This record gives sequence, C-alpha cells and structure tokens, in this order.
Amino acid sequence: MKLMTCPLNGLRNINEFIFGGEVTPLPALEAPDQEWAEHTFYSYNGTGVVREWWYHSASGYWFVAERDRTSDQIIKTYDPSELASEISTPAFGMGESSAEVTS
Amino acid sequence: MPFALLKYGLNGDFPFEKDADLPPPTSLKKRYDVVIIGGGGHGVATAYYLAKYHGITNVAVLEKGYLGGGNTARNTAVIRSNYLTSDGVKFYSESVKLFQDLSNEFDFNIMYSKRGQLTLAHTDAAIRGFRQRTEVNKHFGGKTELIGPQEIRELVPTLNMNPGHQPVLAGLWHMDGATARHDAVAWGYAKGATQRGVELHQLTEVTDVLVEEGAVKGVKVRQGSAEHTIECGVAVQAVAGHSSLVAEKAGFRLPIVTYPLQAMVTQPVKPFLDPLVSSPAFHCYVQQTGRGELVFGGGSDPYPLYNSRSTLELKEQLLAHAVELFPFMANLKLMRQWTGLTDMTSDYSPIMGESPVKNYYLDAGWGTWGFKSTPICGQTMAELVATGKTPALIKPFGADRFNDFRQVNEMGATAASH
Repeated sequence: MKLMTCPLNGLRNINEFIFGGEVTPLPALEAPDQEWAEHTFYSYNGTGVVREWWYHSASGYWFVAERDRTSDQIIKTYDPSELASEISTPAFGMGESSAEVTS
Repeated sequence: MPFALLKYGLNGDFPFEKDADLPPPTSLKKRYDVVIIGGGGHGVATAYYLAKYHGITNVAVLEKGYLGGGNTARNTAVIRSNYLTSDGVKFYSESVKLFQDLSNEFDFNIMYSKRGQLTLAHTDAAIRGFRQRTEVNKHFGGKTELIGPQEIRELVPTLNMNPGHQPVLAGLWHMDGATARHDAVAWGYAKGATQRGVELHQLTEVTDVLVEEGAVKGVKVRQGSAEHTIECGVAVQAVAGHSSLVAEKAGFRLPIVTYPLQAMVTQPVKPFLDPLVSSPAFHCYVQQTGRGELVFGGGSDPYPLYNSRSTLELKEQLLAHAVELFPFMANLKLMRQWTGLTDMTSDYSPIMGESPVKNYYLDAGWGTWGFKSTPICGQTMAELVATGKTPALIKPFGADRFNDFRQVNEMGATAASH
C-alpha cells in the first residue's frame, strides 16, 4: 500500500488523497483568454520533481506535495502557507494585488 | 513435407527471407519528405496511407523501441464508435468501417472479431446519458440502441444483474463493437507501408526536433551510440504516452496530462462471454479474448506519472468490481498485468492537426481511446500531410480548441472512467 504524509493528519493511505494539479499562480481575473487557457490546460507535463496540489478528502484539507513524476517518490509535503508569497494572486474584484493567500 | 524441408535446408535459399513481412533495416538517408516520429499503429498507418493514396513514399518512420511496442501493444483492443458528440461519433464510425475490411486490404489477418459492446447503466442518470448517446449515434453513423434487463440477460447470461447494491437497469448495446489483434494492426500497416517504399527504422530514438524560423527542418536521432541528423519537409509526431515530452523538444507545450493505465488478463477459460462488457459506474470493462483469457481494464490511475509500475490499490479496486459483475471470476488466476501511459486531454478527445511549429503535425492526446481510431487517424493525418489542409473529419480536434475554450467533451463516453 502506498502512503502519503498529510501535513495535517500524518501518514495515510494514498487512496485518501486526490490529485489537484500543478501549483501555479492564478492569473488576474481580467487577464486575456489566452492566459487563462494556459493556466487551465497547459500545466507542466514533463518528468522530474513537480510541485502539486493534493487534497485530503476525509478532512477537506488542501496541501502541497513535491513529487517525482518518474519514480512516483513523494519528496515532501507541507501546508500551502509556506508558499504564500509565491502563489499569491490578485484579489478578485478588488483591482489590486494582495500578498495574502485566502485559505 | 520432409523433402521440401530438406531442399530448403540444403540450398540456403530460406523461404521466410523472401516472404518476410518487413524488409531488413537500411541506413538512414540524409533527407526525407516526411518523418514520422513513433512506429506504433498510428505512425505506420499514416505512412501507409501517405504511400497508398498520395504517392508519398520518401517517408521514414522512426521508432525508439520496436514496431508497435508502446501503447499499441498495451491497449485492450476495443473498437467502438458509441460516443457522445456528433464530432466524435462521425470520426470513430469511419474507423469502425475501415477496421472491418483491414484483413483483406493487408492480406494479413488482424483477427477482427465483431462482438458487440454492452455498457451497463446502474442509475437513472446513466440511462438518460445512454439515451442521448443512442440518438447521437443514430444520426451520425453508430449502430447503438438502449436495451433492458431481459435483453441484457440474454446477451450475457453470466452477468450478475444485482452487483454491489447497484442493480443493472439498462444497457447501451453497440452492435458495431469489436476487437482485433492490436499488434497485427501495426504489423499489417507496416507491411503495406514498407512494400510501397516507406522506411521503418526501429531502435531509432528522436533526441531533438530542429526548428528554424518557426518551421520544422529536421530531427536528431540516436541509433545505439551513433547520432544522426535528418532533414525533413514535414514531421508528424505520433508518440502516445510521450506526446508532451516530444513536443517539448519541438519547443511547445500540449494541453495534456499523462497518467498510467493498468490492465490485466486471467488464465484462459471456455468461451462464455461474447460481447465486450463495461460499466462506467464500476470503473471496469471485461472482454474474453479468442484464446479464452479475460482482459480487464479500468480508468487511468488517479494521478499523473511516467512509469509503468503496478499498484495493489488499482488491482484491488478493479478486481473487486469485476468480481461483482461476474462473481465466478473470483476463482480465476491473473496471468499477467501491464501498464500503458495515457495522454489525457481535459475533454477526453484527441488532438490532431497543426501545431505551433509550421509543417510539424500532431497526432496526440490519445488517452484511453487511441487503438480504435488507428485506421481513420492514419488516413486523415496522411491527407493533412499530403495536402496541408486539415480534413473536415478532424477539424474539431485541433489543439487550438483549448485556446478558445471549444472542447469536444467525450468525458461521459469513456468505457470506464468519469
């Protein structure tokens, strides 16, 4: 059985988790369609270690995992607050950027 | 005959060398009109139709491993056209038609076997979906009808009609459903293509795609320790499972995420299962091969990976569901399992046509639906390469549909995954 360490719940069966795609910053709401299309469909699909969103379905908790897309080795997992500055997004409808990640 | 055998043994003129299906390997030329990256079913089919219908024979098919050794050999060989969108049904119906005559066309038996395919509905919502697919099929070329429990019992007497608290309520009966030997499809196309002058280079890996001023100029290849540069007028990439990795060499990304898909086969038993049976709710499909083995497949793995490893989680899930549908299977032993890599698009439709690089064409995004489209994809891609114009049949499947949010949603029509 493959296990994954949830930053909130500890070591759990991989079946309890749902993959949520590559961690990339969200475009601005008013960004052109092309930018949104790239964000939506053109995420990284190569080999090597990728920073990914994962969701622990039993506790409803989103976190970040660094995982090797060739060996399936999970390098580390952590709370998204550690990436706050990198994945911050402009606040929707406010017209100005916010450094906070809404949780 | 013993004397005939003795004669051949003594004169050194072995019959199989003259009659070999594929010519012996030659050295690479400096330039080809068309280079096809990937010697699977799709690649050799494209080469075959280029030679047959368009007289283009200065073509090299470059294969990293051996002919048909990638996903062509790893799919579960299902042929069907009971899709959800009109674009999908039109496209796959043409493929079903071409499959029916391939053995004659090749003079090579692809073991095409029309069995019918039965998809099971366990909920009212599934029945409504099937009703829609039946109508779309009726109008665009697939032979499909909605049937009730009594007809299902007659078609598949061994099916458990009340599996896991989810009774079988109705079925989508697709009369055109069929299977064929997937390797033989690639061999037949390769034979026909090489007879017409196409070169097939196995153990030839494309290491780089050369692009100048936005147009493809050639490829770099590796054969063992030797490196070569080949010029080409047009290149086609047909590398299921590695589409993103090859596209990266050409300098662009694809709207694809690559997931493994695990399938497996049991020991052979007496023939008892004629149609191909699938249940989207149970994430499972089952068919019996001509040799009596039961082939199982499910959806792709739940997260992306470039690895053909096996997992216990998937075996447990898939087999538990299969045993609920056919309880006596619990006593059978698994003989072998394998994994293919599925290039999934978010709308469960393929990507065919132009790419951001001029004269570099895409045959990609074949997820779990690539084998069944081999003939029609080869034929339409060949037309695209020869004429430079995208045939109407594949126009809806261009990669650019993702740029303006015009997807062709076939998510509900996959055999096992939602």
